[in-house]
Amino acid sequence: MSPLHYSLIVFLPLIGSLIVGVFFNKITNKGAQLITSSCVCLAALLAIIGFVNVALHDNALSVFVLDWITSGELNAPWKLRFDTLSIVMLCVVTIVSSMVHIYSIGYMHHDPSIPRFMAYLSLFTFFMNMLVTSDNLIQLFFGWEGVGLASYLLIGFWNEKKSANKASIKAFVVNRVGDFGFALGIMAVYVIFKSVNFNTIFANAALHSQTELSLLGYQVHGLTLACILLFIGAMGKSAQLGLHTWLPDAMEGPTPVSALIHAATMVTAGVFMLVRLSPLFEFAPSALAIVTIVGACTAFFAATVGMTQFDIKRVIAYSTCSQLGYMFFAIGVSAYTAAMFHLVTHAFFKALLFLCAGSVIHGVDGEQDMRNMGGLYKLMPYTYAFMWIGSLALAGIPLFAGYYSKDMILEAAWASHGFGAHFAYFMGIAAALMTAFYSWRLLFMTFHGTPRMPKKVLSHVHESPSVMLFPLFILAIGALFSGALGYELFVGHGRVDFWQAAIFVLPAHDSVEHAHHVPLWVKKLPLVVAVFGIGLAYLAYMKRKNLPEKITQACPRLYQFFFNKWYFDELYDTVFVKPTKKAGLWFWQKIDVGVIDRFGPNGIAAAAQRISRYTSSLQTGYIYHYAFAMVFGVVVLMTVYLFGIKGL
Amino acid sequence: MLDWPLLTLTIFLPTFGAFFIFFIRNENPEIVTRNARYVAMWVSGFTFVLSLLLLRDFDFAAAGDFQFVNRFAFSSNSFFSYYVGVDGISLAFILLSTFLTPLCILSSKHAIKKNVKEFMIAFLLLETFMIGTFSSLNLVIFYIFFEAVLIPMFLIIGIWGGERRVYAAFKFFLYTLLGSVLMLIAIMVIHHKTGTSNIPELMFQNLLDPTTQKWLWVAFFASFAVKVPMWPVHTWLPDAHVEAPTAGSVILAGVLLKMGGYGFLRLSLPILPDASVYFAPFMFVLSVLAIIVTSLIAFAQKDMKKLIAYSSVAHMGFVTLGLFALNLQGIQGAIMVMISHGLVSAALFLCVGVVYDRLHTREIARYGGLVKKMPVYATVFMFFIFASVGLPGTSGFVGEFLSLVGVFQANKIIAAFATLGVILGAVYSLWLYREVVFGVIINKDLEIMKDLTLREKLVFIPLIVMTLFFGIYPKPLLQLVEEPSAKIVAIYTLPDTLSENLVRPSTINIDEKNNQEHGGH
Repeated sequence: MSPLHYSLIVFLPLIGSLIVGVFFNKITNKGAQLITSSCVCLAALLAIIGFVNVALHDNALSVFVLDWITSGELNAPWKLRFDTLSIVMLCVVTIVSSMVHIYSIGYMHHDPSIPRFMAYLSLFTFFMNMLVTSDNLIQLFFGWEGVGLASYLLIGFWNEKKSANKASIKAFVVNRVGDFGFALGIMAVYVIFKSVNFNTIFANAALHSQTELSLLGYQVHGLTLACILLFIGAMGKSAQLGLHTWLPDAMEGPTPVSALIHAATMVTAGVFMLVRLSPLFEFAPSALAIVTIVGACTAFFAATVGMTQFDIKRVIAYSTCSQLGYMFFAIGVSAYTAAMFHLVTHAFFKALLFLCAGSVIHGVDGEQDMRNMGGLYKLMPYTYAFMWIGSLALAGIPLFAGYYSKDMILEAAWASHGFGAHFAYFMGIAAALMTAFYSWRLLFMTFHGTPRMPKKVLSHVHESPSVMLFPLFILAIGALFSGALGYELFVGHGRVDFWQAAIFVLPAHDSVEHAHHVPLWVKKLPLVVAVFGIGLAYLAYMKRKNLPEKITQACPRLYQFFFNKWYFDELYDTVFVKPTKKAGLWFWQKIDVGVIDRFGPNGIAAAAQRISRYTSSLQTGYIYHYAFAMVFGVVVLMTVYLFGIKGL
Repeated sequence: MLDWPLLTLTIFLPTFGAFFIFFIRNENPEIVTRNARYVAMWVSGFTFVLSLLLLRDFDFAAAGDFQFVNRFAFSSNSFFSYYVGVDGISLAFILLSTFLTPLCILSSKHAIKKNVKEFMIAFLLLETFMIGTFSSLNLVIFYIFFEAVLIPMFLIIGIWGGERRVYAAFKFFLYTLLGSVLMLIAIMVIHHKTGTSNIPELMFQNLLDPTTQKWLWVAFFASFAVKVPMWPVHTWLPDAHVEAPTAGSVILAGVLLKMGGYGFLRLSLPILPDASVYFAPFMFVLSVLAIIVTSLIAFAQKDMKKLIAYSSVAHMGFVTLGLFALNLQGIQGAIMVMISHGLVSAALFLCVGVVYDRLHTREIARYGGLVKKMPVYATVFMFFIFASVGLPGTSGFVGEFLSLVGVFQANKIIAAFATLGVILGAVYSLWLYREVVFGVIINKDLEIMKDLTLREKLVFIPLIVMTLFFGIYPKPLLQLVEEPSAKIVAIYTLPDTLSENLVRPSTINIDEKNNQEHGGH
């Protein structure tokens, strides 16, 4: 493959998107679907060939495209980097994206603006490709913001819906809060290294491991500061605790979007970024500790909320949030390869779960509330089977993909000596229990029991067309085999050869190596709790159906706390949103109008008017007034002249 | 061709056009109107071509030196002479002016119906004054052009404006007047103390003692800060924008606001370095306040134009911030923000103009659901909203990011606060877009709204192209301004030589005492 072929992986989706975008009103729906899907499928094919070349035959390369920002020492060109890390990401992105493109042909066939949808999907794929192939931090930021834009457009795709518009803005703005950290992190990196190019900063990371920056008069460890700031960016994009509030709301978008952007690819961009920057994070142990704690808390938090939700998509969304937490604490304990491994397997089984959910929603006429579903397994047998595969992979049952990757993360957490690593292990175990529970809760509520939807809907329930089932099939293969096949390469003995220079781990931090030698109970515990979780769900939703109600009534406070997502939205609304609105009004009415204008231009104008009124009232028109003034003036002048001359 | 005084031609061609329009006479007012439009269109278009010739013949290798210099002394006294020339920075702003003027004239076809002839005259004169400002190399001629801009703008708002146009025009005038008086005094002081009023002779020399510099700096600040506008002397801008016709708003936001930044760049920074260093923290605080406070205020607006006007103040905060970071990234970033804002805010005001022409209201609440009736408009509007938000890939990002990198090196906390503006910018911009374009159509009169006409598309396409071009490949522009910016930065990178070692010819006796008192600076 020539550099041109590699570049095509990145740019083919853009080409498809532009063609459809520019000719949106001249192109038929079929044409739009054909152009975008074939461009992305071709890119996926090239990516797979590229994977063989780059990752398996060690032919990493980078392709210079164009100069971009050059100012003094700051030099960030457009340059595409193809090493193992980016080619793995490219494969994930393009494969999942092409599946979602095909799936959308069936899922969106009622929609009036199909070309726009397909163009947005392809545009997203382009930005994501730019993100993962970036060769410097600023280009990474380009892709980062680009996927944010695509996410905004797609969440708000049904732009007549007020809730969709709100959710899209929320997603963009919360991500911007993260970008605030990201942008400052880039600046900090530039100040430390005088460069933003990966090659330069990675080569000099050890050299600058003690460099300090002054902040508010204190000297702080430069890399720690930079890494924490960059991590804030990752928290926004990957919906980590504190900046996660946009992700559940993002489910307002069409379901294929949720599968592609809010499960498989975009939300993992934060994980990718941290893995990419492993040479920096390795020298910032405090930053790693923060990553561990935040990741572990997110894994736990999201799982607790996931157990209580009724919207089928929201359950999976919280599940995504929770799984991202796993990836982050894997990074925190320096198990970057394990994080990447879980990222890949998760992309397959979570996209599968979302698309299955979409298939269900498609089948039951747009209904998303699981309380109005039930008994669908006979009517939608294929979807049901695929959902099982996805859930088994998610819960980490042996032979399925999640088993290999999730257990690897947990073992690495136990084996690591980093701060908070054992805390992360136990949070991860707790989350694993809940994961199994809510997955089967979802399965049982949706597919088993008696149908709870209205008769009219029930009579229409149908299995999805094959154009939607085919992508499910491909993804199910990934969910079945990606774990077993990838284990040796990603985290096993072949990992050093596989990753080459793309991931850097200090020898003292090599938790993945130690993970192979942990006690047996550490290895088996995740499986035990998963099976226990499934059993619990079976008990609560198949055997004793009044059990959930009893539990919620036994501890209503805790249930409400979980159900209301730990009240994050309410908290932010009171602390940030409302005061911001008030402050805007206050600054405008009280300061701009009330002070500046009142005493500024309006004040001066009023004063001038008043003075002129006074002076004009002197002109009375009576001759004796003037005569008096004249005489008075003469007297004053004479007095001054005669007596006061010395004083003047 | 080379022997022609190309720069002078570029400056005065619009004036010539204005003269020509002045003599258009006909019984039929419609013919007068049409001819005035055509002449204005052709003249401004040809001026743009002339400025492109300037770019073609410009020697990039010597971008830091003044080129195309034309000089004409009226007397032996050096105080006042016609002295013009351009370096990379000037040329960038001249191109911005000549690029936007034809678009304004093209866009005003429906908005301006009465006194078209006079409007065109005012507009062409305005163009001369703008180009003149950006190419003056003598302080007095600079002052004349800089202040003369006020007159046509005052008329454009006061005659062709909205309901409260007189109030807005006077407010605009009042603010600007105060600054200009002080600036004139400052120019006279400079001439008195140094014996010259030619900018190239004053730049990078540090001829004045620190105390005098501070006073002069404040005087210049009074004039430039109003023009930028900086918080808290910004309140004229929202009123002026709201009342001005679309073309007036476009040129006001696109070019006139840049004259303040240009003034800081051309006069304050190179001529008064000691004072600039001294006042840099002050500028930082005001800029950050501008960014945060006006972003908050923007969110509370009900009028589209007011919202965009406040967002302009916030964007200009990045300019003043970047300039006074006093390093290369900061200054290049500030220039980039100015050029980018010139394109993007101009386009946003044009976007408002498009719907205003159709519905004659700027109230946000009256709109909603436009995407159904005007898909092309919705796309264009969205493009510029995201350019305004500073999405990478548009020109807005390059400038904002560079200026933030510059500030971060100077002061990390200030940079952090300024970066907050990036979040707030997204909030109000996306909110505006949602309210106007998304949702369902509630007001029935929106049902008949027509999408962009060919003429409107012709106005927007160049703006989109340039915004994308500078976002993806800003190198030509960055190169154009690199050397002049580096020259400015150079005087700040040798702090020891600033106030101590330089000999000041005419002021040495008076200021010895002051120097001892303020030796620290």
